[in-house]
Amino acid sequence: MSHPSRPPSWTWIPAAGAALFLGVPLMAMGLATDWANFLGLITSESSRAALLLSIKTATASTIVCLVLGVPLALVLSRSGSRFLNALRPLLLLPLVLPPVVGGMALLATFGRRGLIGQHLEALGVSIAFSTIAVVMAQVFVSLPFLVLTLEGALRSAGQQFENIAATLGASPTIVLFRVTLPLVLPGLAAGAILSFARALGEFGATITFAGSLQGITRTLPLEIYLQREVDPNAAIALSMLLVVLAAFVMYTVHRSQGVRE
Amino acid sequence: MKKIALFFTLAFALILGACSGDTTKTEEKEPAQEVTLTVFAAASLKSTFTELAKEFEAENEGVTVALNFDGSSNLVAQIQDGAPADVFASSDVNNMTKAEDAKLVEGKSVLFATNILQIATPPDNPAGIKTFADLAKPGVKLVICAEPVPCGSATAQVAKNAGVTLSPVSEEQNVTDVLGKVRSGEADAGLVYVTDVISAGDDVHGIVFPEASSVVNEYPIAALSNSKHKDLASAFVTFMTSAKAQSVFKAAGFGQP
Repeated sequence: MSHPSRPPSWTWIPAAGAALFLGVPLMAMGLATDWANFLGLITSESSRAALLLSIKTATASTIVCLVLGVPLALVLSRSGSRFLNALRPLLLLPLVLPPVVGGMALLATFGRRGLIGQHLEALGVSIAFSTIAVVMAQVFVSLPFLVLTLEGALRSAGQQFENIAATLGASPTIVLFRVTLPLVLPGLAAGAILSFARALGEFGATITFAGSLQGITRTLPLEIYLQREVDPNAAIALSMLLVVLAAFVMYTVHRSQGVRE
Repeated sequence: MKKIALFFTLAFALILGACSGDTTKTEEKEPAQEVTLTVFAAASLKSTFTELAKEFEAENEGVTVALNFDGSSNLVAQIQDGAPADVFASSDVNNMTKAEDAKLVEGKSVLFATNILQIATPPDNPAGIKTFADLAKPGVKLVICAEPVPCGSATAQVAKNAGVTLSPVSEEQNVTDVLGKVRSGEADAGLVYVTDVISAGDDVHGIVFPEASSVVNEYPIAALSNSKHKDLASAFVTFMTSAKAQSVFKAAGFGQP
């Protein structure tokens, strides 16, 4: 039995530095939180409206991501087309773009004077300043998370079982639902949860494209940004709430990966 | 699997990163030859203060003025947290009072400009807005500042004085965002300051309304107690009330206090 080679011991020092750099700010925010009034701060009318809206829109955008993202991941991982491979980085671009830029792009497309928006406007359909705009902003930034995670899972799962099922006479659709998707279920779950979390944290594209109005477009991150002006304690309490939600999401993803391994 | 693990790390960083918006935009020139005077000023003062800072540098040999523009409440918070500023110019009395109450101000603040609200519409004024009351007509897409920020409290007060109930489609974080939504044509109308309409030039159409003068926004400026160059800081404050500076403010649409 061979021992796996270990990294040189000096790597522990920068590694510890990195862990502290990520951990300490979150801890500091925990310390700055007014825990005695925490419940009161996060249950004010505006906070509840923001939390509810955030959960509703993030759920809706995750569903849209699944409906659109699963086929995209399948096509990207299985088609082998050179054209698609060249297109791939472009499709995943929102992953590294500042969300504000995403918001500007959506505005240029679906805004009142946008490429598609001007025709929708003529039909009496207006997207900007609506909850639909919030969901669209969230889908734009979170779809690549689902696609990338699922694509990775699909590639590492291989096509052996799919080929066997096909030779046994299963139609491509049957293969997809009975073989492929069950095989990559943990990856699919992880991708869905990640895109949900990304949607929950979305700020830049939302404020640029959808605006900010309580109960309609002001999600939790927008509410935090606004509360900072009036009541920094409420802003910190709401931030803590978002940290807890994010931590829960990461824990769930971690576990679903653990089961898989 | 490793690829996925790496990906989560990246994902986590992105999720957290998405919530941050606290950037300090300090426009510094060459490193200080002799003295650098750091001025924290409200975002609405950007064009006038940039011009006047150059003027002040020309009048005071060896002085470099470093300007930091942001929302007034953000600036107060930064000064409270120990940001090294010599002068603070606020877009409302409220935020200056906050700084004074926290003993951050040296001496007394002085008023140097005023500003009132104006209606801004896209150049073709698609909703046919003529008066303040028109803003409340059904179907008009109105964008205003959220009440917690200075332009929003001014908006709420003007609406109250005019006896008009506004139902905006969006309440933005600052006046620049309101102007942006009007400029892009997303909104039929927005309530911004006179100075914003002037600086936007032909991009927007400004509509003066009589109710605006019932709420006059006053701009105070003060030297700060933590300043290492107190004399220079007071000289900058005095400079802002000089005839030369006042003519620059007037050209930008500000009123005299």
